[in-house]
Parts: sequence; C-alpha cells; structure tokens
Amino acid sequence: MAVDYAKVGLKVGLEIHQQLNVNSKLFCSCPPELFKEEPEITFLRRLRPTQSELGQIDPAAFFEFQKGVKILYEASRKSSCLVEMDEEPPHPINLDAVEVVLTASLMMNMQPVDEVHVMRKTVIDGSNTTGFQRTCIIALDGWIKVGDKTIPMQAASLEEDAARKTGTQDEGKTIRYRIDRLGIPLIEVATAPVIYSPMEAQEVAFAIGRILRDTGKVMRGLGTIRQDLNVSLPNGALIEIKGVQELELISTVVEYEVQRQLGLISIKEELAKKGITAEALKLDFVDVASVFKETKCKVIRKAIDKNQKAMAVKLAGFAGMLGRELMPNFRLGTELSDRAKFWGRVGGIFHTDEMPNYGITIEEVEALRKAVGAGEDDAVVFVADTAENVLDALRAVVERAQEAVNCVPAETRTAKDDGTTRYMRPRPGAARMYPETDIPPQMITDELVENVRSNLPEPAEKKLARLIKQYGLNEKLAKQLVDSEYNSLFEETLKESGVAASTVSAFLTETLKALKREGVQVDNVADDQIKSIFKAVGLGELAKEAIADVFSWLSKNEGKSVQDAVDALGLKMFTEADLAPIIERIIAANKASVDKLGKNAFGMLMGAVMKEVRGKANPELVGKLLRERLK
Amino acid sequence: MSQIENSGYKGEALRFLKQADCGIGDIIRVTSKGKVYEGILIPRSELGEGTIVIVKMKSGYNVGIKVTKDVKVEKLGKGIKPAFASPPIPKQNPALPHVVIMSTGGTIASRVDYRTGAVRSALSASDLYGVVPELSDVARVDTEIVFSLYSENITQKHWTELAQTVAKRIEQGVDGVVIAHGTDTMAYTSAALSFALQNLPVPVILVGAQRSSDRPSSDAATNLIGAVKAAGEAPFAEVGLAMHETVSDTAIIVHRGTKVRKCHTSRRDTFKSINGFPIAKVKDLQVTMQTDQYQRRDAKKKLVLKPNFCEKVALVKFYPGLDPAIIDFYVEKGIKGILLEGSGLGHVSKFCFDAVKNAVEKGVVVALASQCIWGRVNMNVYDTGRDLLSFGVVPLDDMFPETGLVKLMWVLGQTDDAKKAVKLLKTNIAGEFSPRTLPQEKIVEGGQ
Repeated sequence: MAVDYAKVGLKVGLEIHQQLNVNSKLFCSCPPELFKEEPEITFLRRLRPTQSELGQIDPAAFFEFQKGVKILYEASRKSSCLVEMDEEPPHPINLDAVEVVLTASLMMNMQPVDEVHVMRKTVIDGSNTTGFQRTCIIALDGWIKVGDKTIPMQAASLEEDAARKTGTQDEGKTIRYRIDRLGIPLIEVATAPVIYSPMEAQEVAFAIGRILRDTGKVMRGLGTIRQDLNVSLPNGALIEIKGVQELELISTVVEYEVQRQLGLISIKEELAKKGITAEALKLDFVDVASVFKETKCKVIRKAIDKNQKAMAVKLAGFAGMLGRELMPNFRLGTELSDRAKFWGRVGGIFHTDEMPNYGITIEEVEALRKAVGAGEDDAVVFVADTAENVLDALRAVVERAQEAVNCVPAETRTAKDDGTTRYMRPRPGAARMYPETDIPPQMITDELVENVRSNLPEPAEKKLARLIKQYGLNEKLAKQLVDSEYNSLFEETLKESGVAASTVSAFLTETLKALKREGVQVDNVADDQIKSIFKAVGLGELAKEAIADVFSWLSKNEGKSVQDAVDALGLKMFTEADLAPIIERIIAANKASVDKLGKNAFGMLMGAVMKEVRGKANPELVGKLLRERLK
Repeated sequence: MSQIENSGYKGEALRFLKQADCGIGDIIRVTSKGKVYEGILIPRSELGEGTIVIVKMKSGYNVGIKVTKDVKVEKLGKGIKPAFASPPIPKQNPALPHVVIMSTGGTIASRVDYRTGAVRSALSASDLYGVVPELSDVARVDTEIVFSLYSENITQKHWTELAQTVAKRIEQGVDGVVIAHGTDTMAYTSAALSFALQNLPVPVILVGAQRSSDRPSSDAATNLIGAVKAAGEAPFAEVGLAMHETVSDTAIIVHRGTKVRKCHTSRRDTFKSINGFPIAKVKDLQVTMQTDQYQRRDAKKKLVLKPNFCEKVALVKFYPGLDPAIIDFYVEKGIKGILLEGSGLGHVSKFCFDAVKNAVEKGVVVALASQCIWGRVNMNVYDTGRDLLSFGVVPLDDMFPETGLVKLMWVLGQTDDAKKAVKLLKTNIAGEFSPRTLPQEKIVEGGQ
C-alpha cells in the first residue's frame, strides 16, 4: 500500500546527536571511553522528583519513585571520576568541545550566542546521576541546503551524554546503569519540522551527518550517533522517536510510524462504529488462578508455583483488534504489552487474540472468558506475576486500550534495529530546565567566532573536486569517499603510508562496505589501526591482497596490532629464500610440461606458484625468480 | 520601581533594560545581528559581564545576548508571578513521635521555579511535607526557623542562641530535635551543642546536604528522613550528626557530636567519626545502635543548659618555620585561650617555646591537639613534648583540633579562672575523650 505522505499530512523534524571526538569529557578530565569489564565500583541511588513552583512532575519518573525504584551505578576508575558519580561539582566546560559545535554551527549558517549558559534539564530515569542532563545552546537559527530545498536549522547545542543502561534486577525494582558514557560531549542539532516524506528525512539526516563529519571532530561507529525523529500526522499525534542509530533506517522508521498511526486511526474508527467508549473499558480485574490450576503454560505455571497472582481483564469490543498488525511483527497487543512491561515490570501479557498458544488450551481460554464475563466480541488480557506487578500491568493495559478508543497517544518511543518502534515513556511535559549554577557562563567572543570561521573545514563540493583532481580518483569513488565516515582518514592515510590513492580509496569505500555486509564489525577497528595496515603495505611488509583479511582479523581481536594480525594469519611476506624451494617444487611437479614448453611454461608456472603464495608474496618478485630459473 | 535594580544587571545592560522598562520575569524581545530572541528576562549574577542580557527562550534554554548600540530590547509582556499552592498538611498520626525541625540556613528542602530558574527554600512544615512526603510516616513534624545563614557565617553567638532555642523546645516536651545546618561548619556546631546541652532527655540531631536540595540526586531528603527517624525514636539522648554513610543512598549514619569531622569537600559521606565510632545507623527506616556506650533517652531527665562561649580563643596551626610572633600577637590582643594544632604526637618547634611559656604565664590557657587528626597526642615520648607540658600546655588526648577549639571556647565561657578552666578542659563532658582507641584495619572506614 503506497501512502501519499502529502495527503496524510506527514511532518517530520530531526534532532541529531553525535559524540565529539575530543580528549576529555564535557565537565571533567576523564577520557571519553567505555569499559567492557566488570565494574570496579558500584553504588546505589534514588532520584527524587523535585517539585517546581508550578507543581509539575514527570509522571513516569514520579511513578518509578513511588514504586521505590533504585538505580545501581557501575563505574570504573579508567573512565569516571567523582564528577560522573555526582560526588564532585562539574569542572569548567571543555572549550575544545565548544569550538567543535561552533564550527558545525557556522557551517550550518547559525548565529552563535554571545554568552553560553549551561542548563540542567531534569531527567530522573537514572540515566544521569545528578537527575538532570547538562546542556547549553551554542548557536541558533541557521539553514542548510539539501538538494534544492533550504532546511531551517533551529539550534546547535552542546550536552553531556547519559549513562548507559546495562540491565535490571529485583523484579525490575533496581535499574543498572554504567556511567562510563556519562559526560561524553555530544553535539545536538535540530531542524524545524519541515520535512514531508520518509526519504526526505533520511536525506536531511544524511546532509547534517556529512557536515558533522566534515568538522573532523566527531566520533564514528555504533552508538556514537543517535537520531531522534519527531513524527506527526494531523489526525494522529506527535510522536518522539528516540535513538535511531543507523542513518539508512530513518526512512523505514518514518514509514512504519506513519503505518502505525494510520492503523491506530482505523482501529479507532472501527471501535467508534461498534459504539465502544473509553468508559466501557473498566478496571475490573479478576483472579483467574483457578482457571490455570493444571496449566501447561510455563510462565503461568511458574507464577502460580511461586504463589504469585494470575489475573485477567476484559476489553469490551476488542476481539480481533489486539491481533491487528500495525508494523511488521507488531500488533496492538504488542502496544499493550509494552505498556504492561513499563508500568507493571512484567515480562509480557497474554491476550485472547493469540490463543490458543504458549501451552494454553482452548478449554482454558473458554474458562477464562467465562471468568471475566467476556463475549465473542470482547478480548481478554491476562498476566501472571507478583500481585503488585499484575495490578500495575493490567491498569496500564486498560489505559492503553482506552487511548486506542481515543486514537493515537502522544508518547516517546524508541527505535529498534528493524525500523519498528516501541513504547519508551509518556511524553515529558514542558522542558523542565533551570540554570546549572556550578558552571560560570562562557563568553563567545567575536575573536573566537572569527577564528573558527576562518578555519572552517573544506565544504564537501570543493573537497570532491579536489580529490578528483589531486589524486586522479574517478568521480564515483571520490563521491563515495566524501560521503563516507572515513573522508578525513583517506588523506591522512595516503600521506602516512605512501600507498596508491586508488588502493586506499577503494578499501575505505567499497571493500569496507562489502565487509560490513559480510557481518564484519568494522567499527571495532580504530583509525590508527587502519593507518597502520596501510603503512605496512607501503613498507612492503604486507600484500595489498591481504588488507581485508588483516582488517577482519583486527575487528575480531580488539586491542591487537597489525603485526599480531600478520603473525596470526601467517601473512609474513615471502623472501627470495622462502620462494626458491616453492618454485623448485612446482617445477618438479610439472616436469613434463616444463621439459616440453621450456620458457613458454612461464604463464602456467606463474599461475601455479601464485595460487599458493597469493597475499604473501609480491607477484613481481615471483615473476623475476621464475624467469631466472627458466633461463 | 521594577525589581531590575537588584537583579544583578549593571552598566550597558541595565541601561537598555531600564529604557525598555523590563523587569525580571517579563517577556522581552532582543534583536541583535538580524536575529530575534524572545523569552523571559532572567536575573544576572553580580559578577557577570556588564553588557549581557539573559533570556530564557521558549525551549527552556537561557542564552546571553550582548547589547550594543545596534541591538534593540523591547518588552512584550508583564511577567506572571509563579503560583505554588503548598499541599495541605497530611493527617498527623498521633502515634508518631513529635519532632521539631529547626533551620539555621541553607536549604534542606527547596523547590525550583523553572520559569526563572530561581530556587526557593521550603521551610514551613507544609512545604517540607510537600517536598519530602515520606516525613508524615516518620514523625509529627513541626518547624522553626532560627536563622538563615551560610554555615561559614555562624559564630559563637549563634551557638548560644541555638542552644537556648533547643532547650526551650525540649522543655516544652518534644521527642527529638533536628537542626538543618550548612555542612561546612556543622561539626563545630555539633561539638558546641554537645557541650552546651548536657543531660539531654532526647536526641538533638544535626543534618545537612552535600548536594543541594533542588536537584533530584540530592542527599537532603534521605538525610532528613534519617535524622527525623533517629531524633524521634532512637534510644540515645545525645547531640548527633546524621549524614550519608557511603556514596550510596542506602544508610544514614549518626555520628557523635564531639567526634565528627567534615573530611571531604564534596562527597556525600564527607562526615567521618574520628577516633571513635558512630552512635547509630538508620537503614530502611530502622534505627540500629552501633555501640552500647551512649546516654540513654529518658523523658524524665532534666536538661542542663550551659550556652555560653568565649570568643577570645584562637587556633594556631604549627608548620615548619611558624613565626612565634603570631602567638605573641594573640597574647597582646588579650586572647584567653589558644589551641595549638601541633605536629605528630603533640609538638611545636623550640623557636616557639618562649612565646608559649609567656602565654601561659600571662594566664592564657594553651591546649594542644594534633594536626594528624587521627590518633592521640602523647607528649611524654619526646623532649619537645615534655618541655611543652612543663610550660603548662594542656594535651587534649584524642580530641581533634576543631572539637578542642570549640571545647576551649566553651570552657572559657564557663569560667574566667585559668586553673578551673584547665580542669574543666580535661573533664570528659560529652564523649569528646575516648580512653581506648579500638583496632581497625583502615584509619577511616569508607573513606578514600
């Protein structure tokens, strides 16, 4: 089904976040690095919603607080200090990071503010030890060109990245966060909501990403860039989608979101036709443990054995609706389930649209329907867990069903790797921001702005023309290079290795793309390692043909060197002494042909030798030795 | 006129704002370099640059715009006064203990006005319940504002006033007193109250916060709940100081008022019991005693109030090359007591001997505590110590310098007679001396 996006009134705005590649975090001197080992230090905290004069409190945060949700932070001495632990006030803002954002702002034709004020944006899900994210606006009100269209840019901000969630424990009552990522500087740039199709959203994101890369000061790789999308339909709602990591996924995410909203709109219309109102969906929960006394369903069995609760609720008029697909592998039932997981900390829900299944029999379903008084037109949702979790989960389910009657609920969703989105939390109210009084305001002087302006990186079009002219690259390759994450690495590698431009550019574009397709984790290999590979090629220590193998090996063996890869893969280049016996052996094996053809056997022999030593020997050297031998 | 005069703005910025009749909180528009900034006018720090106007934009961000002759400032609308209705006081459970929370300054509880960024302290009982609702399950709380001072501005006069106020409330019959105090000098105040409030029938607990109460991660509420719990129910009746035990929000530890010291500039667990152990711990709203050596709670006990402190007392920290003229200077100024912060087991250089001798001869009480903080002075081990003892210097055993100083101030507030003062100084009044130092693996538990 092709959607006419103009007709449905799609509007998209983008917020792009990318980590900056500077030496230290934004408000302390820790290196911007993550750790994989077990944490050296853990500490437990609770975050308390603070009341504003207007009495606003983030509903999700307040709920979690009331439920006694605790946060267990994990830290390592390598990547965090007392600042990230919220045990020491922040240090002055990292001026290198300010300069990078200034650079990007000027490239997007924005006006820097005269004085930067760091703000505290209240976030109490635990992702910030302080309970707020420090953020500041560096520049405002600019534009970029994407094709023929001018896209207005609202603001460029500098903010600290959040801690990363590593899990939950104690039935969801303790959330674990790792604070290594907390404090890494992020640039955030936001467009106005003037994007009208999924593909255009992707193109604009791509254009912004290229400008950020052109600064030469942003990190690359998974997790270093996050794209948030604000997607709205006039008959649906404004949905904030967080954390799209892959640029190529943006158009899919927007398409699916439009599909989801259109699906919800049609469900709403059908429910209205049936005369179902929100009031018809009641918070009447029925204990159905007796229905499942002999159940073969593992989840329910386990709960009953643990003396927990199995309870159900009727959703009047919802039969068939819960199984309705809104996105690939995603039904209205999934929406209800996500809410139940979030508010009720349960593993999931069961509903009659998917029955019989999971070891639940038709007889049990019938008994269940009877227990809650559900007719053929009604759906039943049931959950098994602790009493508290079951009640919270079913309440969330009913609330979500009531929202379905009213249409699309405005909410914050999170993007999955397949382009679908899942419920994350309710939309926060108005931004609750107040000044970070521990950090003095930072003047942006005219001198600083002019200095940055006169050192702006080369714009992409100019660079493209220059690469073609200076290195004799064909246009396609040059364009791929300019568009790639590796565009600044190309010239550095050339300069340091002396390897031919065509070899380096082909590797950084086509080979890497192919490797990525084959499942190689290309982001595991650092820029310096890539340079080292080419340096080895330049020195004749490594064959061109072996570059991809060395790269793949390094991606699987983090922390190892190019030399380690060469040793492990047995890629040490053959010397004359190494090659002589091989040539002798092959000539002996082909004695009859050599005797017959003499010098004319060269081609055949060359092929046979190279087959054996490819990637380990320089073909010119093999040819020379073979020719001498055949004389 | 508008409140713009006291808003921190000065120079060019103030002139522009006055010209456009802009007050703090008003909605204004600044046009600069062809760009327009609209939002709420925010106050300026006194120390800030004089040419910047701060606007809080619709997005919630503050930005600073420089005013020059090409810049236009307009007022678009009058600010709205933030309205906040304090929640009604929850029903008081008569079975719960009655605790009075006194405030001396700082903000144990506060609210943020997100519109202007101002932080307001919440001091009334209803405010406190609104911000820390769990309190209503812990005690019947009643509040009293004694003063509003940064703790570094608290003096001996304030200790006296505070002790009198506490005594008055205890005589009226409460189950415990909690005093909210800035953390910088909180341990001095806890020592002072330990000497001034003797034979306590109920606990008096000081409490503070290392992270301000306007932030979600503040330790203020957890510390306060722990302090109120201990004040209302703990079986001891002494002056205590309640703060985080570790960097986690897991337990609140109550230290003895004379044995506690601020040991870190910023950590939540900055307060440590020095040369002694904490009295009690509050975890999951349960109080557990950490020692059996404590004064028992007993409503029948009659409080003895001795609130006077002598201000003419000085602390002299010894360091290599200390000029003895400093001691002479104090003596000439008519000081009545000097607390020498000696090195190691209790020493100052021989170059100071004459000055020390002279001070004692002039009737100044000279006491000595060690700058090592941990451990006990022993002035019999080396000649220097023996010499100082022979001059009449009073060793303060395992009291660390801050408590020693406060005790000297209190002692000289009780008597003018140097001999009586020395005797009182050596008497254990509030657990400031501990005859035994118990073995421990580390000097300080939980520290770095």
